[in-house]
Amino acid sequence: MTDTIQDAVKAFVIENFLFGDTTHALADTDSLIENGIIDSTGVLELVAFIEDHCGITVADADIVPANLDSLARITAFITAKTASLVAA
Amino acid sequence: MCGFSGYFGTVRDGRALLERMTAAIAHRGPDEQGFFTTKAAGLGHARLSIVGLGDGQQPMSDATGDLTIAFNGEIFNYVELREQLRAKGRHFRTTSDTEVILHLYDEMGEDCVSALNGDFAFALWDGRRRRMVLTRDRMGVRPLFYTRQGERLYFASEVKALLQAPGVAAEIDPVALDQIFTLWAPIAPRTPFRNIYEIEPASLMIVQEGSVSTRPYWSLEYPDRDAPPRQGDERAAAEELRALLTEATRMRMRADVPVGAYLSGGLDSSITSALAAGMAPGGLRTFSVTFDSAEHDESPFQIEMARALGTHHSAVACGEGDIAAVFPDVIRFTERPILRTAPAPLYKLSSLVREAGLKVVLTGEGADEVFAGYDIFKEARVRRFCGRQPGSRIRPHLFRKLYPYLPGLRQQSAEYLFSFFGASGATLDDPLFSHRPRFDGTAATKLFYSGDLRATLSGYDAAEELAARLPEAFARWHPLHQAQYLEARFLLPGYILSSQGDRMAMAHGIEGRFPFLDHHLVEFAAGLPPEMKLKGLVEKHILREATKDLLPAAIGRRTKQPYRAPDSQSFVGPGTRDYVQSALGDAAVSAGGLFNPKAVAKLHEKCSRQPASGFRDNAAFVGILSTQLWLTTFTGTGICNAKAA
Repeated sequence: MTDTIQDAVKAFVIENFLFGDTTHALADTDSLIENGIIDSTGVLELVAFIEDHCGITVADADIVPANLDSLARITAFITAKTASLVAA
Repeated sequence: MCGFSGYFGTVRDGRALLERMTAAIAHRGPDEQGFFTTKAAGLGHARLSIVGLGDGQQPMSDATGDLTIAFNGEIFNYVELREQLRAKGRHFRTTSDTEVILHLYDEMGEDCVSALNGDFAFALWDGRRRRMVLTRDRMGVRPLFYTRQGERLYFASEVKALLQAPGVAAEIDPVALDQIFTLWAPIAPRTPFRNIYEIEPASLMIVQEGSVSTRPYWSLEYPDRDAPPRQGDERAAAEELRALLTEATRMRMRADVPVGAYLSGGLDSSITSALAAGMAPGGLRTFSVTFDSAEHDESPFQIEMARALGTHHSAVACGEGDIAAVFPDVIRFTERPILRTAPAPLYKLSSLVREAGLKVVLTGEGADEVFAGYDIFKEARVRRFCGRQPGSRIRPHLFRKLYPYLPGLRQQSAEYLFSFFGASGATLDDPLFSHRPRFDGTAATKLFYSGDLRATLSGYDAAEELAARLPEAFARWHPLHQAQYLEARFLLPGYILSSQGDRMAMAHGIEGRFPFLDHHLVEFAAGLPPEMKLKGLVEKHILREATKDLLPAAIGRRTKQPYRAPDSQSFVGPGTRDYVQSALGDAAVSAGGLFNPKAVAKLHEKCSRQPASGFRDNAAFVGILSTQLWLTTFTGTGICNAKAA
């Protein structure tokens, strides 16, 4: 499940922010901001992707680098959010 | 205000060459042309008659015939200089400012440039010493390019004239391209054309047989951070500023033709228009651009200001499709790739002025550099403030106040704002601290480079080169002054005064004049304490104080709204022009060899699907499109169909 989410997020990042450039060695824990992959508009694109594809709502308070600034963090955030939805 | 071309060295059929070179820049001087040739040098001139209408023909020689000049621009203090020279017994045959330079050179040699207050570039052939003197004004208002071919040196006001010379071909300089895709402009003397250079602002080049030497004759300097404070209070400073600005404007109203003014509705052009209106006996004509999109349009302020001043006001609308319609022509005149479309509306504006029958306009350009008006100065101050307490959840919200017009920032948390602006205390000693987020954000566009271009540029860092070009005293200046220097010394001549200024105006034979760039005013402002310019987060404080009686309160209190134009959205959607598809298509991008065709296709698709793209995507789109048009226009490869219609 986690791998599937991470793969989908990675595919989105490569397609939408790296424009298909697979030569970019993007490690799961690399910062998307520090590596120039995402800017302020990009964060909003990322949030829209998560909401559209994962069926969850991202609250304003959740839009922080701690949740969204690497593939690993995004995956963990989606996983936790999805789990809380199921539990509810 | 004109254009000129020329050469040093022996050239077969030099007159014919000068005619070709000058014809290539005839738009700069549609009124008349003239030529001068000797065995060792030649000069060609295309004239826009503004001062000395009947007797200012160029190239102009002195009475002995030993000195001959081709000159582009204006010497605003020529009246005073002529009187001083007359007092020394010199006789003048014309009423032009051109002849003043000849006499002054005869008196002082090339050091005469220090006495000139003006926007100028000239080539002066000294037949006695058999040498050519090439020079530009202090701030870089007027252009001058050159290239060496063996023993010969060719020079001209625009590169397109140089391309007429034998052996000179247009080829992209990948390092210059990388500088544009990082810093927004090449670092002079480099240009986007390989082996073609520009004379740097405030520089002199002496060309004689066997040697070429270059040296600066003026430099922009700020006081050391620890220097004793300037004498006098803020009120005295405001009074002195007002006097200097009034005099700078008065001098720039000198012309034998009517002088108009650009009026954006912002503080700076409102001030220059207000001062000029009081000096235009027949009334002042003002000119503006309006936009369909509310986020770019300032027409309510333009109308209010024009009414307040009682000017005869005209506006040109920049609507959907207008930018795309003129963009190939814009690149033909900028002669360099650009990352923003902002020059395009100014191209339309100069056309409006020409249609109105004027040749000269004042503009407010330069005030943001001289009096710290740009957002980047405030941004750097907030970044330093945040960097002192990295965990603060409150301080980063100041970033939102800086950029109310950027929707992507309005919705961000304090943590993200802190991250985007790199407000880490670790970079406070970086000499490029103020501009680092801009440079890093722009450099993200290199994602679209082709593999070959990446390999060519491997190991090169444009920002590092810029840092290496800073003067030794830079480290001793206040951070605000460091940031001002980066803007005024590099971006101002490299982009603002060239791509947005001289090139867009001269495309239609219009001369822009810039009171805020009078060097007496520039030197005065550089010496002011930083807090008089940027007071808290209020930009251009001292300028507001000095001119508050000139403007309606709503204009005088306006926060800086950067001049912007719609970027990628100008080129997508229904009615997309064929040349855009062609230039960004797989065949053209592959043929150009500079960008990755698949990535460019995805960018094009993304910007078409999602017009509200962010900074990086917009900059990349405009940068790639303009580079493709540049290749088509100048290299003759015809990689795409660049016809706008």
